[in-house]
Amino acid sequence: MLATAALRLLGRRAISTAVCVRGGHVAKVDHYALPVYFDKRESPLPDIRYVQDLSSEQKSLKEKEKGSWATLSDEEKIALYRISFKQSFAEMNEGSAQWKSIAAGMFLFFGLTGLVVLWQRKYVYGPVPYTFDQEYKEKELQRMLDMRINPVQGISSNWDYENKQWKK
Amino acid sequence: MSLPKPVMRGLLGKRLRFHIPLAFAFALVAGGLIKYGVTEPRKRAYAEFYKNYDGVKEFNHMREAGVFQSVRPSGE
Repeated sequence: MLATAALRLLGRRAISTAVCVRGGHVAKVDHYALPVYFDKRESPLPDIRYVQDLSSEQKSLKEKEKGSWATLSDEEKIALYRISFKQSFAEMNEGSAQWKSIAAGMFLFFGLTGLVVLWQRKYVYGPVPYTFDQEYKEKELQRMLDMRINPVQGISSNWDYENKQWKK
Repeated sequence: MSLPKPVMRGLLGKRLRFHIPLAFAFALVAGGLIKYGVTEPRKRAYAEFYKNYDGVKEFNHMREAGVFQSVRPSGE
């Protein structure tokens, strides 16, 4: 009496796992602990059949399956296959058009990010250093040529030192 | 619906026999391209550059341009 009163306080769910009034009991198995059906190319045989509750004609078909398979017609073989499996390998492996949506989303976000970056460039960042001025860059290049930077295949190799101009 | 039985064995071996020689060929071609497209022209460019290279003349030009700190141009 006292036990059942205590159980009512705990709630309905606890009853099955709590102490039983009399005799032994089987612990209730939550549905996520049972084997599930899945279509996967890597493991071809799932733990359970696809159709668990067979209709009467499916049951009779299963009985017929116990005999010689030569007596089964093609439709019956396909029906047996569809009882055990949801999708064939061809069906589960076929591609989809999802990549188009994904690419579209990617480009959309690239574009939005580009707009954000442009706005940032205009309204957030300060001016660039003086080393980017045209005049400064010209003096920099002249100094590089004077120092003979990369004279074999690089920048100084393209400068004609006799005539003070770029090689043709 | 009597389809032919699909090939069940030797799949990895078949793939390897096809792809490994192909990989070898690609590697050799890539190596050859780099050798004759990049390294040989580079060796020739350096040989050309140093054939008539006068280090002292170059040094004097650089000195006159004023890039050194240890020797100033001859005018100063």
